[in-house]
Order: sequence, then structure tokens, then C-alpha cells
Amino acid sequence: MFTDDTIAAIATAPGEAGIGIIRISGPKSLEIADRIFQPVKKETRLKDNNRRLVYGHIVDEDKQIDEVLVSYMKAPHTFTREDIIEINCHGGFISVRKILELVLRSGARVADRGEFTKRAFLNGRIDLSQAEATMDIITSKTSASFEAAQKQLEGNLSSAVNDIRQILKMDLARLVVAIDFPEEDEPEVTYAELKRDLLICRDKINDLIKTFDKGKIIRDGLKTVIVGKPNVGKSSLLNALLNESRAIVTEIPGTTRDIIEEYISLGGIPLKIVDTAGIRETDDIVEKIGVQRSRESFDSADLIIMVLDSSKPLTDEDTHILGMMKDKKALILINKTDLQAVFTDEDIKHYAGESPIIRISALEKKGMDLIEKQIEKMVYDGKLTTDNDILITSARHKDSLERACSSCSDALTGIENSLEMDILEIDFNDAWASLGQITGDTVSEDLLDTIFKEFCIGK
Amino acid sequence: MKFNAGNYDVIVIGAGHAGCEAALAAARLGMKTLVITLSLEAIAFLPCNPSIGGTGKGHLVREIDALGGQMAIIADKTFIQSRMLNSAKGPAVHSLRVQNDKTLYHKEMKKTLENEPNIDIVMDEATELIHDNESVSGVATRMGAVYGAKSVVIATGVYLKSKVYIGEVNYSSGPIGLTSADHLTDSLLELNLPLRRFKTGTPARVHADSIDFSKMEVQHGDEKIVPFSFMHDYIGENQIDCYLTRTTKRTHEIILENLDRSALYRGDMDSKGPRYCPSIEDKVVRFKDKLSHQFFVEPEGLDTKEYYIQGFSSSLAYEVQLEMYHSVIGLENAKLMRPAYAIEYDCIDPLHLKPSLEIKSVSGLFSAGQFNGTSGYEEAASQGLIAGINAARKIKGLDPYIPDRASSYIGVLIDDLVTKGTNEPYRIMTSRAEYRLLLRQDNADIRLTEKGREIGLVSDERYERFKAKQDAVQEELKRLKEVKVKPSEANELLESMDCSPMSKTIPIYEFLKRPEVTYDFLEKIDKTVPGLDPTVMEQCEITTKYEGYIKKQLEQVEGFKKLEKKVLPENFDYTAIKGLRIEAQQKLNEIQPFNIGQASRISGVSPADISVLLIYMQALKGSSKEQTDQ
Repeated sequence: MFTDDTIAAIATAPGEAGIGIIRISGPKSLEIADRIFQPVKKETRLKDNNRRLVYGHIVDEDKQIDEVLVSYMKAPHTFTREDIIEINCHGGFISVRKILELVLRSGARVADRGEFTKRAFLNGRIDLSQAEATMDIITSKTSASFEAAQKQLEGNLSSAVNDIRQILKMDLARLVVAIDFPEEDEPEVTYAELKRDLLICRDKINDLIKTFDKGKIIRDGLKTVIVGKPNVGKSSLLNALLNESRAIVTEIPGTTRDIIEEYISLGGIPLKIVDTAGIRETDDIVEKIGVQRSRESFDSADLIIMVLDSSKPLTDEDTHILGMMKDKKALILINKTDLQAVFTDEDIKHYAGESPIIRISALEKKGMDLIEKQIEKMVYDGKLTTDNDILITSARHKDSLERACSSCSDALTGIENSLEMDILEIDFNDAWASLGQITGDTVSEDLLDTIFKEFCIGK
Repeated sequence: MKFNAGNYDVIVIGAGHAGCEAALAAARLGMKTLVITLSLEAIAFLPCNPSIGGTGKGHLVREIDALGGQMAIIADKTFIQSRMLNSAKGPAVHSLRVQNDKTLYHKEMKKTLENEPNIDIVMDEATELIHDNESVSGVATRMGAVYGAKSVVIATGVYLKSKVYIGEVNYSSGPIGLTSADHLTDSLLELNLPLRRFKTGTPARVHADSIDFSKMEVQHGDEKIVPFSFMHDYIGENQIDCYLTRTTKRTHEIILENLDRSALYRGDMDSKGPRYCPSIEDKVVRFKDKLSHQFFVEPEGLDTKEYYIQGFSSSLAYEVQLEMYHSVIGLENAKLMRPAYAIEYDCIDPLHLKPSLEIKSVSGLFSAGQFNGTSGYEEAASQGLIAGINAARKIKGLDPYIPDRASSYIGVLIDDLVTKGTNEPYRIMTSRAEYRLLLRQDNADIRLTEKGREIGLVSDERYERFKAKQDAVQEELKRLKEVKVKPSEANELLESMDCSPMSKTIPIYEFLKRPEVTYDFLEKIDKTVPGLDPTVMEQCEITTKYEGYIKKQLEQVEGFKKLEKKVLPENFDYTAIKGLRIEAQQKLNEIQPFNIGQASRISGVSPADISVLLIYMQALKGSSKEQTDQ
């Protein structure tokens, strides 16, 4: 954790269009880059190109991931005074993240917050005042709501991880009993039992890893649908929100060609606004994709925002949509509050149930703070979750899971090769410890307690 | 009453396994050393099981030996049966354990102490430390003698205010009816040392002629006997057998019916006992589903008829004990010569110790063994050795020798004690070591002989033996890489063993990695195999077979070492670092870790806290450098 291992992170602001940079620092930087980078000129070697850009491709087992420029900066004349590799790739979430994942799989670990700076300081590269700033970075917290949302998700993750650890712990305890108390008459754990448990654990770990690939809230944002009739102000709302978030994260072509997604960060909670093409082009998603598809779109959304024009009476179409929002994670915005209202909150509640109602003026950018607070509250209260209740939101967690997974695989290989129990125990212990890094719980006393509780040992 | 009885460099209080090693180490490092013991008959006594070694413990004995300690040599001289436990498992957990003749063990160690010119031994009770609150300067005894000393090692074992419990009966006493040491505690409390009470227990001893061995399972020693000490090649043959028997349903009934007559269950004792050494009452109560418990019956020596009933310690009333032991298979007519008992004693919270085993708040005062909250002869001897070495080094003005977790089980043991503390008598286990594959009993000499030499405890003879073995191993590894095996040479034999054949010619080094290939195998196909010492072959086999795992652990050790090198200041006020969480500040203030590595192992200190510490320390270093620059 604090050793001079090799760390990596995305160095550019998330999603910044144009290019993204992945930075790797540490003794294995060059080795990792050589493994995943193919220069276009085959004979080119990164190590001969200190401080020069080399053009080529990032490849994952012969599959090209992206076209990149890689620079190698040899220690000690670098920011961290360690070997540094920087990979300049195409901007946007997908490319940058895929490359980072590949780098991590190749032997780096995710950098802690402020860790590049920390290393720079520890290696005498920057001075004390800069170091104090770094200390603030390390001890600081992100926005409270963001933390809350993350905590909730991590809570679910923790319990899933704990279930796996529980299985591993019992096996570990039995292994330790066999190794450290060989003369007791406790039945020795069998390789068949160990194999069965390892397979179960590995599957469970893999399921968790997969949730990272799907990607949801926090990492990719709360999937949000904005609905409403033409001219109620959906476009101005979107623009106002985008303005509010001050960071239009990116535009990524979605799975179908005409769907555009926008990323917005509201008070630290990322929203992924889907089907914005519907808003922008025809200005009417319901009209465009039909009721059936809008229902589907409703069902897959984490959050539905319905926009109404306070100056126009509710139509059948409005009440129909309001009806669909009942029992959904929905937020109703009454726009154009600068004009005379022609219906009341009660009218809406009649159709939409208890969904929160907020009055705004998108054009004058009024009430944007209320939207932010309301969404924060919904996340806080646990009303807003995503389809999956367990999500791996941090690459670090994924990293730990992958380590645990590979330790399970190592142990399984060990069983195939009939390796001795104490060697298997090392892999079990590694898997157990890696998972413990997620739950923040690696204390071995816990294991000893289990041993003495479950097994009658001792002379 | 008091009189000046002379001056020493080092005084060791207690002559158990910790005291003996401490005294020998200090004396051999040139220190004029005094050993104060309650009884000359109790020097290096084995008050509980008549055996040395076992899992983890055997590793400690080998390490003591490699550093130049005494335990392995005496154990080899006085063994009567020898077994390598865990031999079906990997080499890292092979664990040597021998049965010893108790009386011979005591006599041999006593003789060793007596023959050491720098050691004086007196039978007396140390009652008081002479000190000025900050450092110790001597010891006063019950006889009124006042001895001056530059360093003192406390190795009082279970004797401080010890109390024996047998059912409703309890009285102040040490083991085997020796007197307890009732006065030193007050002197320690005066120094504000955090004392507490631990307990342990021992089973009954039974007369051999009253045991029906025919009903028990015999347990022979190993055919091939391996010495503990790296100085020995051959140490003799097994002299005795041990036996295995079981409790019956009736045993469990007796225990459950009479729990109110167990000192433990009556609530007479509120001290902490070791979980891995439960009394038979505990076993029966806590594991109700287990209908029978096995245990070993072991002779206490060649010249006695006393047998030790291992795994059967108890604090039940003597009357109940008789009935209980008689219900065991083969013990129906057993005559008890000594009852089982529990014993309670004063000891120190080891968080109050430095890793050198010097007490943090009292300069020159060291402690070792059960007084430090451990259990076991081997654990005690390990600490005694380190305390003795460091008591001497302190006097000589040298930095203490602190074995780290990557070097030895001794390092693991001491680091656990001073960093994590313990809530029960601490026993070493192989699973406590992170780098177990590197800390094998077979390579303790490779790991520690050089260090022992540097310290000054490794004799020329030992050092030369070690060097010769090292050279032989290196030479053989070189040969293994150079000489190749052809499929035509090995396949016939491989197939006859139902093993997959070779497909291409490879160096023997690679070939030896196959689990089925041993030196016995090589000798059949490779005419160039030189005649080698078994310990050399053992090293080469392990080096090749476990290369991958060993490499992985060596890499981990690299990372570990870097953190151990980042030294923290002594007596530092961590509340001054505002980035640390309050819990971390408190823990760091209490434990005062010596380096970042140790700090990272303290429970309650998070990775973020360590980051803050690293930055703060670097900043401190930077600013002090600036000052000197000006």
C-alpha cells in the first residue's frame, strides 16, 4: 500500500474531449508499457526514446484498443522521480478506462488520491508548502452526497464481499488448524472441499467484477430520462443543468446511432441523461419512440424527470405519463413559473402519487439548486438506486477483486498439481486479504478467533 | 539489613528458559552476569510438557541455535524421542519436536551456566529494583543483598505473585511447590508498569506402572532423526515411545456434573488463559458435540516413572480429578503422583516494551518470557536470547539487535508482542508469519548465522560449518543449472512411477521442480550427482521446487523492508500531526512505533494515516535539513 510499487491513474479530467492521458509511475512502468504497447515502427523501443513521443497502438492480447502516443520519462528527472509512462489516447470514458484497466491487469495498482504528488514529495521533488496541499488532498472528502451514495453502494458491496470472505475464512481456519495443530483429532480439510469452495468464491468474485463492466451510478451516472410534451422547456432545462454542472463531461455515441448521452454532475452525483436526441431533435421522446418504448425507457431508468408547462392545462398525454410515473423514481418539474399557473400540486398528485414536485424556471435558471438538493436527498434516502444493488464503483475495488480472483485460481492450480496444504494456504490467505482491502478488514485476530471458536485444539 | 553484595554488568532475574538464554548471551558477549533464581533445582526446568519444539516452536529453536543460543544444543543432548511433525506438508511447516528427559535437560543447562566463567548464580529472591524512576541500577534481594547492575533482565516466568488452583483449594505457590515471588511486583508497580494477571495450567502426572499401555495406541519416534542444532550431525536414537488414548462418555459426564468444583468455572480466577491450551473442562463444555477427546501420554524422562498426560490440564478438585482420570481408556487404575492445576501470575502488557525488549519507561530494564505475556519454553528462550543480547549491547553503547518479521519467527513473535499486544498468553504459530515460505526451520542457519556472527555469539567452529554448507549449496545449484537431463535418461523411470514423461532435454534444475523428482530419483539416472550432505540436498530441492512461491514472497519482503527502514522519532507526540485521525494519534502515542512499517501494523492505524505520517516525517526531515543548511 505504501511501498514503491507501480501506480497508475487517469491524469486528465474525466471525459475531457480530445485526448485522455493515463499516467504510470514506478519501477514497473516501462515493463508494463512494453507489454501493452506496440509501436508502429516495430524496431522502436520505448527505453531508447526517453522524453520522446512514440506512436503506436495499445493492444490487449493482439486486440487493438486504441491508437496512442506514448512517452517514457526516465527516473529521476520526472515529477515523481520514478520512471513515468504517459499514454495519450483518445478522450472519452471508454478508451481511457479500458487502457487503465489493462495497465492495472499488467501489474500496476490504482493510485490513491494525491499519490503522484505524494511520491513527488517523498522523493524530494516538491517542497513543503506543496506537500501540505497534498496532505489536504489526501485527508479531504468529496461532496457529502457523493460520499453518501458511495457508502450505500459500498455497504452492499461489503456484505457481498463478506459472504465470500466467510467461506474463505472457514477454509483458512481449517488449513491453519491442519498446519499449526497437526496432532489434534480435528478432521483435516480435504482438497475436494477446498476446490468446491474456491470455485464458488471465484464465481461470486467474477460476478462482482462484472458489475464494474456494466457500470452504473457514481461511475457512469444515474441513468436519467427527461420527458414532457414539446415546448415545455426540456431543452432549456438540459442546458441549464449542463451549465449548472459546469462540466459537460462528454458525448459518447450510444448503442443506437441516434441516441446521444450527456453527462452531468449535480452536487457530486453524476447523471447520465439518455435519449437526449429525443429532446433535441423532435423535442418529444414519447411521440418519437412511442408509448411502448417510452415505458421500456421508463423501466430501465434510474431517475425520470418529467417537465410540465405551468401555463398550459394538463392534457390526456400528460396525465397518461404522470400515471406511468407512479411508484417510479421520479421527479416532476413545473417549468415557466414566471407565467400564471393553471393547475395545482394536488392535480398532479392525483395522477402521479407522491413524486416530489419542484417549481423552476429553466430559462431564468431558477430552481436548479432545488433540483440538485432533491436528487441529493433521494440518493441519501436510498430512493435512488440502480438496477443492480451491488456495484463496483472504484477501480481500486475492482483491482482487489481481481487479485482475489487470481489467488483463487492459483489455489485451484495448486490443487490440480497436488501442492502441499501450506502452499495452498498462502493463496487462500492472499485472496482473503485482498477482499479484506475492500471491507477495510484484514485483521488476522479475526481468523484466530474463528479457529479457537470452531475447533477443539490445544494440549 | 541491606548490604552491598557487588556489581555486575547484567543481572538476570529468573533462570527458566528465558533467563538462561539471556544470561548466557550476555556472558558470552563479555558481560559480567549474575543470575538470581528462587531455586537452583529449577534452572531450565520443564514444569509442563516434557518436550521441546513443535509447529512454529521448532522453528524458534532452530533460530535460537543459528544466533548462537543454547536451547537446541541442550534439547539434542537430552532428547529421548524425536519426530518431525507435518512432514507430509510443505517444507516451510515441517516442525521438529522432541521429547526430553526433564531432569537431564535441567542438569545440562545448569552445567552450561555453571561452566560459563562470566556467570555467577545465586539462590535468592529478587525483591526490589534499584532505580531512579528513569533507569535501573541494580537489584535488592530477600537476603538483603544489593547488587549493582548496568542492565537488568526480568525473566520471572509464572512466579510473580503466583497462585495455584485445584478445585476449591488455592494457595500462593509457584510450580512444583516452589515458593512464589511475592515482592518484586510492588517494585514494578512503583515504576508504574502496567501489570496484569494471566493464567495457565498443567495436567496430572501418573505412575507408569498404573497405566495400561496395551489399551493405547503406540506412537514411535521417527526412524530418521534430525538434530535441532546446526552443530550436530548425529544425536542418537529414540529411547522411548509415547501413547495415544481417549476420553470416554463417562469422562465427559464427570466433568459436566462437577463443573462447580472447577476453579475455572467457580469464577475464582479472573485472569486470561491461553485459548490453544484449554483445560479439559473447557474442551468438554465448549465442544459438546465432540464425544471423545484424544490425548498423548508421554514419559517425563528415562529415570522416572512419571508420565505426563498431555492435553488434560484441569483446575478440578483433586477428588474429581481422580475419578475423571480413571474414566479414561487405559488410566482406569492410574495412580496420580501430581494433580493437575491451574496457575495465575503477574505479567506485563508487552505494548510497554521496545522491540529490543527494553521496557520503554525504564532505561536498562529488559524483560523476557512469560513475564512478557507469552507461553511456551521456546517463546521464552527466544526472548531471553534477544533481551540478553540487547542488555549487553546497551552497555556497550551499540544499537539494539531487532530481528524483523522477514528474518525470523523470533522477529514475528517480538513484533506481534510490542505492536499488537496480546490478550492471552501468546503462542507462536506458523500462520502468524507473513513470509512463511522464507522462514523455514531448514534455513534458519542461512537466515541468521551471519547476524549471530556479527553480534558475537557465533563461534568460529559454527561459522566455518555454516560457510562450508553454504558453499556446497551454491556449488550444487550451479551444477544443477549446468547439467541437463535427456528424456531418454529419465522417461523409463518416470513411466514406471506413473508420471508423465519428459518431452525435451532440460537442466536438472528445472527437472527437480517436478514433485516426484527427488535426489533419490536423480541418483538413479544421473551419474554425476556428487555425494552431498542431506542438508545440502534439502536446500537445493526446496530452492528449485518452490522457486515461484519463494520469489513471490521475496518480492513482498522488498516492499516490507522499505517501510521498516523509514524510522520514526522516539517519544514523539502524534497529536501534533493534525491530519491523523484521533484513534490513530492515540494508538501511535501509546505504542511509539520505531518505523513506518511497525506503525502500519498497529490496529486502528489506517493506510490514510500512514500516508499522512510519511508526508509529515518527510516534511520534518526537509525542514531540519534546511535548518542545518543555514
